[in-house]
Amino acid sequence: MSRVETAPTTRRTVDFGYRTVTVRRARLSGRVPVRVVVVSAVLLAVATAVALVAITVGDYPLSLGDVATALTGGGEPFARMIVLEWRLPIAIAALLFGALLGVGGAIFQSLTRNPLGSPDVIGFDAGSYTAVVVTMLVLGTRGYWPVAVAAVVGGLVTALVVYVLAYRRGLQGFRLIVVGIGVSAVLGSVNSYLVTRADVDDAMAVGFWGAGSVARVTWASLTPSLLIGAGVVLAAALLARELRRLELGDDAAVTQGGRPGAARLGLVVTGVATVALVTAAAGPIAFVALVAPQLARRLTRSPGVSLLAAAGMGAVVLTAAHLLTLTIAQAYRPVPIGLVTVCLGGLYLIWLLIHEARRQYGGRG
Amino acid sequence: MTRDPQSSTTSRLGTQDATIGYDRRTISEHLDVEVPDRSFTAIIGPNGCGKSTLLRALARVLEPTAGRVVLDGRSIREHRSKDVARTLGLLPQTSLAPDGIRVADLVARGRAPYQSLLQQWRASDEEAVDAALRATHLQDLSGRLVDELSGGQRQRAWVAMLLAQDTPIMLLDEPTTFLDIAHQYELMEMFRTFHDEGKTIVAVLHDLAQAARYADHLVVMLDGAVVRTGPPHEVITPELVEQVFGLRALVVPDPVTGTPVVVPLDPRTAAVHPVEPHDADRRVVPTR
Repeated sequence: MSRVETAPTTRRTVDFGYRTVTVRRARLSGRVPVRVVVVSAVLLAVATAVALVAITVGDYPLSLGDVATALTGGGEPFARMIVLEWRLPIAIAALLFGALLGVGGAIFQSLTRNPLGSPDVIGFDAGSYTAVVVTMLVLGTRGYWPVAVAAVVGGLVTALVVYVLAYRRGLQGFRLIVVGIGVSAVLGSVNSYLVTRADVDDAMAVGFWGAGSVARVTWASLTPSLLIGAGVVLAAALLARELRRLELGDDAAVTQGGRPGAARLGLVVTGVATVALVTAAAGPIAFVALVAPQLARRLTRSPGVSLLAAAGMGAVVLTAAHLLTLTIAQAYRPVPIGLVTVCLGGLYLIWLLIHEARRQYGGRG
Repeated sequence: MTRDPQSSTTSRLGTQDATIGYDRRTISEHLDVEVPDRSFTAIIGPNGCGKSTLLRALARVLEPTAGRVVLDGRSIREHRSKDVARTLGLLPQTSLAPDGIRVADLVARGRAPYQSLLQQWRASDEEAVDAALRATHLQDLSGRLVDELSGGQRQRAWVAMLLAQDTPIMLLDEPTTFLDIAHQYELMEMFRTFHDEGKTIVAVLHDLAQAARYADHLVVMLDGAVVRTGPPHEVITPELVEQVFGLRALVVPDPVTGTPVVVPLDPRTAAVHPVEPHDADRRVVPTR
């Protein structure tokens, strides 16, 4: 018989120290902390609300009512065009990319067991950037597809290089981070050199791309992102169990029937794919992957990182940053979203470094 | 290598002509070890003799570079990974847990071999976790953070996770090393209960008295090789202690259990015969 029960019940149940929802049906059973479900739902709702508000902001201001009318296919043709053709894909991009970055960050922070172990710190952004710089300057194209492909390939190749260089009798998180930072620095100098050799137009184009912006997203560039993004999110959901198993270390993972090597490779590829997808469509958007999983964890109070909550928090952070850029554009001048996330993320990084240093070298051992 | 007749009864787990090591460093070559079924086997030997390495190979955490680890007559690699995980479990020497994990959460992780994508928390999982928490006296601490537990409680939480895995064979890598003496014996008693209930226990132990008291089968290793196997009262002799540990010692019966206890000789007095207990305070102290 199928039933849904909420712990604690009259049956002998395990006390987990927090409220959980237990589902038991013939073909499906599971247990989720109530807090994780509520936090994730609230985060996704907030992100959606912020994204909707962001649609109202711009040189042609609209009310939330106008937006709702336009979304349901009514209202003036011009307002409908602004909402459906221009601003909606950007709002969806902010939501989706934020969620993807949150998932990617959560995967890497869990794999490296380190809140610093996010894809942008490890150097995948730098790899994408270098590949795009080479494509724009050496091959001389600025089309969406060549740039997108270059960003994905650059990110994956860098990930592979970092992975191989850091690999020594298995993969250790700390080595991955240190090697990643090193590779990132090398790529950074290559980027700078290439830009100094370029003419002003090309250098501008590279600089514009490198600032990272969701404002350039159109339906044409969003559709492939949505399709691939759905696949990546599905892969992450399927691999979540393996990620949890790896939290206890490779020895425990093996003896509990897992295959840590294969699982880790799958997770690295999935994590890189999330970031590469975003970078391909919007350029490098730094720090969301770093910040979102940690903020989510503080809200859910769950052990390790919850991919769902990290996705929700990523979406909140990026939609909020998007709304902020639009507001700044109205009050002052347009700024790319990458700049906003770098500023906010930089502050967070400073706080994190101080916090970690205190934790490791300060009072309690 | 000596083999006692008892150990050739039945064995589910063992190594056959196995070469085990890390990278290019070989620890053991041509190793043949059998774990008697339903035994409490203790692997003993000096530091660096390859005890833990052998245990890790048995747990298939470490792949032999030659030879094989055998489970139920077949190479352990030929079994489905999930089936092996339901047959043998490992308590590693050092344990990693994510920050902020609670006791019951940790114990529930032991159910991984029984879970699938859609079946993540069956009634049987909950029952196993509940039973494991009770067996380790953690039911009142199930909602506590693992980080907040004392050393003994924390080790019990890891044992509970292993218990929830519900395997007939338990591999324990130095389970008592970082605990104070009371918690050491509390844990060993727990393992003895599991053994009485029909589990096969294989433990790497440092304390010879503990090994002799709780195990019914010893595997003594030196420089990567097995030098002696058998029941404690046959294996633990002054000759073996001197040969394996390089320690001149007496072997006396444990006043409580009668199992052998190793008492090192005093190299300063070079006394060969033990001092009678009532003479202890009149013992000759060597002058400097």
